[in-house]
Amino acid sequence: MSLLQVNNLEVEFPLLSGKVKALKDISFSLDKGERIGIVGESGAGKSVTAFAILNLISKPGRITNGSIWFDGANLADMDRDQIRNIRGNKISMIFQDPMMTLNPVLTISTQMVECLQAHRNLPEAEAKKIAVEKLRAVQIPAPETRLDQYPHELSGGMRQRVVIAIALISDPALIIADEPTTALDVTIQAEILQLLLELCVNFNVGLILITHDLGVVSQVTQRTLVMYAGSIIEQGPTRELISSPLHPYTQGLIGALPEQTTPGSRLNQIPGVMPSLQDIPEGCAFHPRCTLAVAKCQHQIPELKGKTSRLCACHLVDDVDA
Amino acid sequence: MMSMPDTAVNQPMGPALISIKSLYKEFNISGSFLEELRIEKGRPVRRRESVKAINGVNLEIQQGEALCVVGESGCGKTTVGRAVMGLIDPTRGEIHYAGQRIDNLSAVDRFPYRKKMQMIFQNPYASLNPRKTVQATLAEPAKFHAPELNETQRQEKIVAVMDSVGVSPKWAKRYPHEFSGGQRQRISIARALMVDPEFIVADEPISALDVSIQAQVLNLLMQAREERQLTYLFITHDLAVVEHFGTRVAVMYLGTLCELGNCNEIFHYPRHPYTRALLSAIPKLGSDPVGHIKLKGEVPTPINLPSGCVFHGRCQFANDRCKSEAPGLNRTDNGVRVACHAIEENRL
Repeated sequence: MSLLQVNNLEVEFPLLSGKVKALKDISFSLDKGERIGIVGESGAGKSVTAFAILNLISKPGRITNGSIWFDGANLADMDRDQIRNIRGNKISMIFQDPMMTLNPVLTISTQMVECLQAHRNLPEAEAKKIAVEKLRAVQIPAPETRLDQYPHELSGGMRQRVVIAIALISDPALIIADEPTTALDVTIQAEILQLLLELCVNFNVGLILITHDLGVVSQVTQRTLVMYAGSIIEQGPTRELISSPLHPYTQGLIGALPEQTTPGSRLNQIPGVMPSLQDIPEGCAFHPRCTLAVAKCQHQIPELKGKTSRLCACHLVDDVDA
Repeated sequence: MMSMPDTAVNQPMGPALISIKSLYKEFNISGSFLEELRIEKGRPVRRRESVKAINGVNLEIQQGEALCVVGESGCGKTTVGRAVMGLIDPTRGEIHYAGQRIDNLSAVDRFPYRKKMQMIFQNPYASLNPRKTVQATLAEPAKFHAPELNETQRQEKIVAVMDSVGVSPKWAKRYPHEFSGGQRQRISIARALMVDPEFIVADEPISALDVSIQAQVLNLLMQAREERQLTYLFITHDLAVVEHFGTRVAVMYLGTLCELGNCNEIFHYPRHPYTRALLSAIPKLGSDPVGHIKLKGEVPTPINLPSGCVFHGRCQFANDRCKSEAPGLNRTDNGVRVACHAIEENRL
């Protein structure tokens, strides 16, 4: 049975100029201990998906349709108290910038103990012991002394390790990491990614990794979803998806990477920009930028379909299969 | 392996367009006079603290080159770019443009060089004036640096430059907020091209852009280089871009150059232990994160620089000499210059 099952999820934000559908008919599932990546450009709906899973969509935005099944319950239907029992307990989240996530006026210890005591009835000393254990798990040297320090006393990489330790503190079944390494340098990024991967494997934790970097996704995840203008347009095993992308957008994204062409030559670029969510073109949202678009693409929205492991939302790919 | 000291004999032919000579930049962070005072052993003493952002950088940029400066945040790469442009004054050292020293010139004497040297900044949301139309933004550098143009000629030039960066001249009356990030970066490139510069400092010009837009802007920069014979100083942390765009690359660590040479050589045969770690950390499609070289510890603070080689605390090949003596940038047999005692002593 899958750990997380998202069905036909839709999120809407009302604006003065009308409603904006940030997510359209998002469905995917995640098995226990599975690692999936969500890739896309800014505005594609990656973060909204993550926020929607934890019911963190801020008002007046709301989930208008769909269900999110986790551990036998629908997260989309839960009230405030019920979802608080899930957040930071069974599902934790790691955000992009560790300096913004950690409270600058509280010690690491206070922040870790607070999180534990919110979910479990533990004496302070016991909670601190667990905190030290988690800090050790994320390979922070001298965890006992770090515990009494403030976030500003740690480097960027260390701070993100602390954030990961807090995410792990109540032994969650799922971690959602929203661009966890974007604010970090490459050498630190490599260390954090390796750490995340090891922790997920060792503790059998599921991971949803949200990133714009295909290289990052290919290193850590088993399965990848590609998002464009609020919809999933392609899904499949990461290695397969990267070596043989089906959707023209995925092909374009991978083809645009400098490592895909010989140095000094012109890069393959996708023409145009992603449409604003307020005026998404009729038919396939990608068709104005697609070099292969045919008449059908302008009117009919392609469905996400295909073999069980590979799904793709493109009229042309259907034709290939037939 | 023989390592030779770097002498004039080894220099490429012709005078360099830009040469940076033993550049140092320190930023004073101790504040006002009163804040510098400390009580030590019962007596007041004045203690100054400064961030040593650049520590003796020597670089030459030849005409037509795209020299990339890479390194992690805080290594001083942006400071080098800003010092070359004259946006900050170096603490010590000289900057020459086509043989003429420019860092000590007065604002008036420097003026003609500002026309030849232009800069593209990282964030096009911050570098374009939100209250000026694209037309006004593009007209301004031309008014200053090409006063001989009359209004019609200037408008013609704006149209030509907008066309060349792929932004329709019909949009000249619009404001920056009406454009997407990629288009804004095109406009800031257009602003730099308005005065027909010879040399452009591009400070992380694509880092704030989306993947599919990065390729568009990078193509535009390469096209401009071909059409206008531009010389670039390209500052970035993205090594995949460097390999694609650059002709030569300078790797910086804590304000010091650790490796300098042709892109091709450095990417295929990195020598310096730091360059090796940096290259192995790039997340490549389909690679394992486990394969990267782990560095010990963290980047030390540039307030108190380590003695000797700035990298010794994190280097697995460091010995006593590395702790006490700073290595010089020595030429190796494939023309790449490396600052490392271990390589000099054939230990690596």
